[in-house]
Amino acid sequence: MRKNTRINLLLLLAVVALAVLPLALGLGDHREEPFTGADAEAETVITEIEPDYEPWFSPLYEPPSGEIESALFAVQAALGAGVLAYYFGLRRGRRQGEQRARARQAATEDAGSTAGESEVQGS
Amino acid sequence: MHIAEGFLPPAHAVAWGVASAPFVVHGVRSLTREVRKHPESTLLLGASGAFTFVLSALKLPSVTGSCSHPTGTGLGAILFRPPVMAVLGTITLLFQALLLAHGGLTTLGANVFSMAVVGPWVGYGAYRLLRRCDVPLMVAVFFGAFAADLSTYCVTSVQLALAFPDPAGGVLGALGKFGSVFAVTQIPLAVSEGLLTVLVMRLLVQSSKGELTRLGVLVAGGRTEARATGTGAVA
Repeated sequence: MRKNTRINLLLLLAVVALAVLPLALGLGDHREEPFTGADAEAETVITEIEPDYEPWFSPLYEPPSGEIESALFAVQAALGAGVLAYYFGLRRGRRQGEQRARARQAATEDAGSTAGESEVQGS
Repeated sequence: MHIAEGFLPPAHAVAWGVASAPFVVHGVRSLTREVRKHPESTLLLGASGAFTFVLSALKLPSVTGSCSHPTGTGLGAILFRPPVMAVLGTITLLFQALLLAHGGLTTLGANVFSMAVVGPWVGYGAYRLLRRCDVPLMVAVFFGAFAADLSTYCVTSVQLALAFPDPAGGVLGALGKFGSVFAVTQIPLAVSEGLLTVLVMRLLVQSSKGELTRLGVLVAGGRTEARATGTGAVA
């Protein structure tokens, strides 16, 4: 494996480890509902500080279930990942195309200057 | 995790909206200028927006036993300067407010201020400062993204503390409470965001040298370039 690839994989691995460790170590066990969203927790703190506070506006559209919500989050991630993959794929393809064009050009120039030799080599 | 719909009193919601609006307008201007001047940068702009889309959809568990998500605004701020991120961050927040009931329209101004204005500027500032001190490119990128992420949620905590001061401890007491919900949860996620931003920047250095040189991330002639690949080898 190339050194660059190895470093990139290590970076990814570190991110995965950071996400898995809190779960593996059971850091949510002391809570009634482990690993809820920080925004929901903030709502709890707000109602602790101001028990009378009522949200004065509700979302125009609310995903009808947790499943639909996670589907929409997946769509968001997939859209982003798709665009990123397109970008890097396009760049790689362009680079390869340029390299090939350059190689071909060098080859024809080579053939032009030493036509006799390359014919011998080619046969 | 942003402030949920309806959870800021109307006066605060309006005030944060007014505070954010000029940054977004200025951002739209610099975005159109960038695209007009360098049409070829549209692709990389799209990729930067896509990065915030992916990262703000990733709800990750944290050491506090709760979940939050990174913001992904550091990368675009480093590449295209912060004003552009005011626009790309707002688009991401609107998507989440309208389709996912995450964040909200009444809290959009406050959330834009934290994620699309302060985050990118703090991240960009940290990155530039480190670069000026001759810190290697990838180290500066890591701390830039880390600072953008963490500062976003520090601002969220301040916004909530201002709106809901603690009866006993006042604004500072409330800041402690909201800070322990948002900012502490965010620390490991900010590390993750830093690592992912370094990963994408490494791929960009490999694939888009010309573009990065034009944007000033890499310096033509190689001093920074040598440094960049050098860090890559060390990191």
